[in-house]
Formats: sequence, C-alpha cells, structure tokens
Amino acid sequence: MPLSKRIIPCLDVDAGRVVKGVQFVGIRDAGDPVEIARRYNQAGADELVFLDITASHQERETMVHVVEQVASEVFIPLTVGGGIREKADIRRMLNAGADKVGINTAAVFRPEFVKEAADAFGSQCIVVAMDAKQVSPGRWEIFTHGGRKATGIDAIEWACKMVSYGAGELLLTSMDRDGTKDGFDLALVRTVSDAVAVPVIASGGVGNLQHLVDGVVEGRADAVLAASIFHFGEYTVAQAKQYMAQHNIEVRL
Amino acid sequence: MKTVAVIDYGMGNLHSVAKALEHVAIDTRVVVSSDPQLILAADRVVLPGVGAIRDCMAELQRLGMPEVVQEVSRNKPLLAVCVGMQALLEHSAENGGVDCMGLLPGRLDFFGDAFIRTPPSDHLKVPHMGWNQVHQADPTHPLWHEIKQDSAFYFVHSYFLPDGLATGVCAATTEYGQRFCSAVSRGNVFATQFHPEKSAEAGLRLYRNFLMWDGN
Repeated sequence: MPLSKRIIPCLDVDAGRVVKGVQFVGIRDAGDPVEIARRYNQAGADELVFLDITASHQERETMVHVVEQVASEVFIPLTVGGGIREKADIRRMLNAGADKVGINTAAVFRPEFVKEAADAFGSQCIVVAMDAKQVSPGRWEIFTHGGRKATGIDAIEWACKMVSYGAGELLLTSMDRDGTKDGFDLALVRTVSDAVAVPVIASGGVGNLQHLVDGVVEGRADAVLAASIFHFGEYTVAQAKQYMAQHNIEVRL
Repeated sequence: MKTVAVIDYGMGNLHSVAKALEHVAIDTRVVVSSDPQLILAADRVVLPGVGAIRDCMAELQRLGMPEVVQEVSRNKPLLAVCVGMQALLEHSAENGGVDCMGLLPGRLDFFGDAFIRTPPSDHLKVPHMGWNQVHQADPTHPLWHEIKQDSAFYFVHSYFLPDGLATGVCAATTEYGQRFCSAVSRGNVFATQFHPEKSAEAGLRLYRNFLMWDGN
C-alpha cells in the first residue's frame, strides 16, 4: 500500500476560540479548540491546521495555550499558522506542541525568513502557505491580505523558490475559489504539485466529497484541506475517507 | 513509581513525545532531561529527534549522550524515534555523510536519489510525509502488543534504512517507492522511523507497550 492521502480539517481560532461555527452533534462547547480537535481525531482526521486569526497582538499568547492544550490531548500532527513572523514565534509554537508552522505573509515580505527557519528547525516543520489568484490563463500570482493585495510574484516560481529555501510542504490556497464551494482550482494545484518535490496540500473551494477526490486525482495533491463542509456537519471526515476509498484513493481508515 | 527519561538535546519534538508518554503513563513519571545521571537512573529511556542528523549528532556529542545511550542500551529498555532511530545506526547520507552512534547496523540513504528522475505523474514526494502502513516482522514482539498488523503510523523523513541492510534488526517494513525498514530492534533496544506520538491510537498503544516492556 502506498502512502495515504491526507484529509486535513482547518480551524480558525480567534482569541483562543474556534470561530466560523463548528457544528457537531452533541458538542458541549462549539468554540472549544480541544473538544473540536478531539472530535476530528475520533472521526479520523489525519492532521489538523489551526489558523490564528487573532487581530490584536495582546491576545496572540492565547494561541500558545490553545496549542498546548490540544497537543496534550490529541496525538495527530498539528500545524499552526497565522502571525508567524520570526524564529521566536516558531520556537514558541513548537515548544507548545505544534509539529509544523505555516508561514505566509512573512515569507512574501522577506523570503530569507523561510531559509533561516528551515535551517534552525528543519524543513519538516516549515509549511509555506501561499495564496494564489489567477491573473491570466495558466498564470497565477501570489496575493496577500486575504487576496486583496497583489504582489506581482508568479505562483509557480514562488512555489519552487520556497522549496529551494527549505519549505518541507506547501499549503496552496486558491483565492479565486476560497469560500465558493465550487471545488479546487485543479489546474493551479496540478501545476504546483508537478513543479515541486515536496508534498502539496490543496485548499480553497471544497463544497462536496467529489471535490476532494478531484483534488487528489486531477490536482495530484498529497493532502486536501477543508473547513466548512466538515464544520457544518455536511459530511464527516469518515464519510470523506470512505468516498475517497471508493474512488481508489489510498486513505487511512 | 517508575521513571521514563526523555533525552533532551534541544531538538524539537521531545515535548510531543513527553506529552504522549504522560498521556499513557500509569505509575510512571516522565522526566525530560539532558543530565546523564538522571537519565541513567531512569527505568527506561526514550531518545526522540527531528531535524537534520548532523545537528542532532553534534548536540548529542556535545552533551556526552552517545556514551549515556550506549550504557542505557546495555541494561534497560531504550526506545528511539525518527532521527533518534537514525542516530543509533552507523551512518547517514544526509548533510554530505554523517557517522552516527553505530549501536545498530545500518546505513541511511536519501529517498530523492531513486525517485527524482521519474516523470511527475509517478514521482514520489520527499519528504515521505504522512500515514503509511507498518508491517511488523514479528507480531509477537511486546511493543506490537494489541497493535493490528499493517496499522498506519505517521512518518516525516527524507532518509531511510533500506530493507536488507539491517539484516537481523529489522522489526517492521514500509513501502514508499521501495520497501524500507520502518522499525529496528535488538534485545532491549527498539526504534521507529515513524512518530508514535503523532500516530493517534496505534502510536499511544506502542508507547504504553514500551512503558510495560522489561526489555525481553
């Protein structure tokens, strides 16, 4: 059996609370990161991504405690993104129990940061999160600030550069598809996945289980990330895995 | 009260390892330490590890750990994880070639060498990252107790121990482009390339088994 394709639920955390309404049957506290992480673990999630969307600097420390608590209870890989700007941020998250950190804006501002981070902590824990938007057929650019600011950087060149700087994995989000439920931008996923030797996590646009299959089969993604289809109880991770297995995709059941 | 020492040499994932051990420990205290005396006084010892082998070996040597680990391996249960396992072997091709402790036979190769030339449609990503099946060589070994044959465990690594080179010490195999040795064991020493602390129930079971193992 080859390596399994991974299903990764993504949780937005604001000031220590999971937001964007996670809805599980019978959950006591829908905002409690530990409880939600435990549920996803039971459902067979292969990894979890926590995205810190806390705006205020004072509340950033809260994320460290969230990671500590989750890592004491849930024993699957944990990636933390949002607000990772310097090596001290990475050290704090790894010491709290995160396995990987996602670097996004800080890499765009100063690409050498990725190199320094990989040198200091190892490529295995450095995930570069890239937000890409199509600008013409077959061409995508990197955007920041939730897709509002163009950088003029070609997404494929950026992916290759980040890998050469030591990124151990890429989290690739299509800003065109994010939140649409129309499925991944498969051309983008496939172009990036074929261009780099490291695993690629496809993100942005999942609205049904077929989209997950498409991301792996047509996009050649190594992992698929989704938020709303799992949070709102439309599908469970277990259902997603069964569906993928029926389509001859290797998953951990 | 028994103790299990997790060797702290500043290389990252020891917190995850300690947390997983604490989660399953009954009547066992988890000590995270770089103090040789504390480590040698523990009932059993875990050598974790992530990152690059050259840095890991350099830190282990700076702290005098090869001698400590050698001593531990003579008389008490020792479990090494990921780069910790690699450190127990003879040599790794990483960082231009690094000599390791040589406690167990085996030389590590790079996944990329064999796969880089294949077309994109079949190229295997490096690192080997994610959940893959672990085939137990001897399912009656105490560390596999109540772990189903071919259970999935979580891996993150770019260097691997080829199956066959580790003749006699290979405790499990996994397929990634080719078959490699995903666990090794000899006597009271057991080591895994995968991360039990990130492998959900199967991984926690392996740690529980280790805490109950007397090394025989």
